[in-house]
Amino acid sequence: MEGIKTTELVIFILFFLFVTGLGFYAARWRRPTDLLHLDEWGLGGRKFGSWVTWFLVGGDLYTAYTFVAVPALMFGAGAGGFFAVPYTIILYPIFFLILIRLWSVSHVRGYVTPADFVRARWDSPTLALLVAITGIVATMPYIALQLIGIEAVLKTMGVKGEIPIVVAFIILALYTYSSGLRAPALIAFVKDTLIYLTIIVAIIVIPSKLGGWDVIFGAAEEKFGSGAGILLPATGQLQYATLALGSALALFLYPHSITGVLASKNRDVIKRNMSALPAYSLALGLLALLGYMAIAAGTTPVDGDGNTIVPALMDQMFPDWFAGIAFAAIGIGALVPAAIMSIAAANLFTRNIYKEYIRKDASSRQEAKVAKVASLVVKLGALLVIIFIDPQFSIDLQLIGGVIILQTLPALAIGLFTHWFHRWALIAGWAAGMGIGMLMLYNISKIDPATGEVVREHFGGSAFALSKLGFDTPTTIYTGFVAILVNLLVTVIATFILRAMKQPEGTDTTRLEDYFADEDDPRVHDVPDPLEDAPAVKPGGSSG
Amino acid sequence: MVEHSASDNAAVSAGGGEAPDRSDRQRKSERQQSNDRSAWNWLLVPAIVIPLLVPLYNRVEPTLFGWPFFYWGQLAFIALGVATTSVVYQKTKTRKDPDTDRLGRGSVEREVR
Repeated sequence: MEGIKTTELVIFILFFLFVTGLGFYAARWRRPTDLLHLDEWGLGGRKFGSWVTWFLVGGDLYTAYTFVAVPALMFGAGAGGFFAVPYTIILYPIFFLILIRLWSVSHVRGYVTPADFVRARWDSPTLALLVAITGIVATMPYIALQLIGIEAVLKTMGVKGEIPIVVAFIILALYTYSSGLRAPALIAFVKDTLIYLTIIVAIIVIPSKLGGWDVIFGAAEEKFGSGAGILLPATGQLQYATLALGSALALFLYPHSITGVLASKNRDVIKRNMSALPAYSLALGLLALLGYMAIAAGTTPVDGDGNTIVPALMDQMFPDWFAGIAFAAIGIGALVPAAIMSIAAANLFTRNIYKEYIRKDASSRQEAKVAKVASLVVKLGALLVIIFIDPQFSIDLQLIGGVIILQTLPALAIGLFTHWFHRWALIAGWAAGMGIGMLMLYNISKIDPATGEVVREHFGGSAFALSKLGFDTPTTIYTGFVAILVNLLVTVIATFILRAMKQPEGTDTTRLEDYFADEDDPRVHDVPDPLEDAPAVKPGGSSG
Repeated sequence: MVEHSASDNAAVSAGGGEAPDRSDRQRKSERQQSNDRSAWNWLLVPAIVIPLLVPLYNRVEPTLFGWPFFYWGQLAFIALGVATTSVVYQKTKTRKDPDTDRLGRGSVEREVR
């Protein structure tokens, strides 16, 4: 592993240069009259159709980190890593039922971020601020993880050190700054094409080289044989199901997934995509099995870094030129979500912190300018996380991120259906869920599966032993799931108390029919369309 | 410009002359609400619940092409998810093709229907 692999690296760099060009070109794609509007820079003009949405949301939800970490988990821990499959299956029916309402109300009222909705629904800038901060804090380590994906690929090609990653990220930051959401939308086409190509080839070539699926599952069975083999142990089943459910609920609360959905042009585009996006789940399921293939092939991770197991397997199995393409797929796969996440975080900062607390009279031009700068700051923050903090720690941060973003569920997702909660009760529930979640994560230690020794005392995973709560069982459960239950319980109880005390409820500025509005509804907030000289709202329709 | 006025005319004829926009809008809004409350949406519930019932698929047999059931069974749930979301989409969609432009031909057809 000493030398640099020239062929692979050259192909990787060529693809990287190509998407860089695309990223800058994207500013001219579907060119708006004025890119200096948050609807244009931060939501791509809110006009993406089925195809663009499929690539954009797919490129957004299935990150490089997923493609690297899920197989690594299968390689290291066996069947438990397969939770990513049920997780990404149940995601879409949930999206279908919930996000469609958020799309409608956001379009009617012109909301750019989930916190915009929370503010109007609950009449509470404080709650909106909490949702915005939760979103930004949860997103930062997620961006950092994308860098770990790139790092794993570079390491496998023999490129060490931080400078290449810094360079890659500066380039990414520059075209995101100039093109906004259009850049990742355009690059996502390249990313997903390469990812599918890589998976199809991998799923045909590698099993045939290894002697078939029997051999692959047999090797995994042998490795994990002492426990439940390649199935889940009885004690891990609750964890598996709650982790899948909790992760699915967390994913659609992340600002970046909401950004992707809000950028689509109408409700039917979203609905249609919910039946087309599971194609990525199939890809992810097949990729997960690369972890078992690596066991059968006797692959060893580069420098003992578990995240390099997939690149190392590809390096071992593919000719150099194709390994280069596969690495480009993972590398570009990191750029797309990183760009969308930084845009989503920047939108949150601009709308719910800058405009709310710093400069209330900011014009839409000023908003767009602030968001562009904020996207640079967010990426810089993620870069610093990678350079100065142990990569393992950013994986822990990501774990925490999932637990904390879940705590916005009552205000955001449940709030789309009911206004029953009291606004201050939501704040109390958020605080309780946060506190319990952190406390539980702190008390989980990481145990080496082979030796049974404690590797780390705290923040060692998300599987919480129910025995610690006094239950007489070895079963574990996903921390985020418990935390959100506590959150909901506190919210409900506090609502009863606050209502009994006759505390002011605040005024909900959304209306029932907002939640059903569609693109051609005259009340829908519409950005100036360069194709029209007449106002978008028809005469007589503006009063509603 | 030309397309815009064409679309307006279509809306007028569909609304039947007087205050076309208002009645048109109300009808649309009601249609949307009934779509959102459609019983078809219940079809999505099994697609959420079944993949979470671990004891259902935590087994090796029956195997398929050397794959234990735990693995191919869960991948098969993807088909379940696709089937249910497709059916609900078809039953609750409001336009023939979501990708036609708001001012384009698709929207005129919709208005006439």
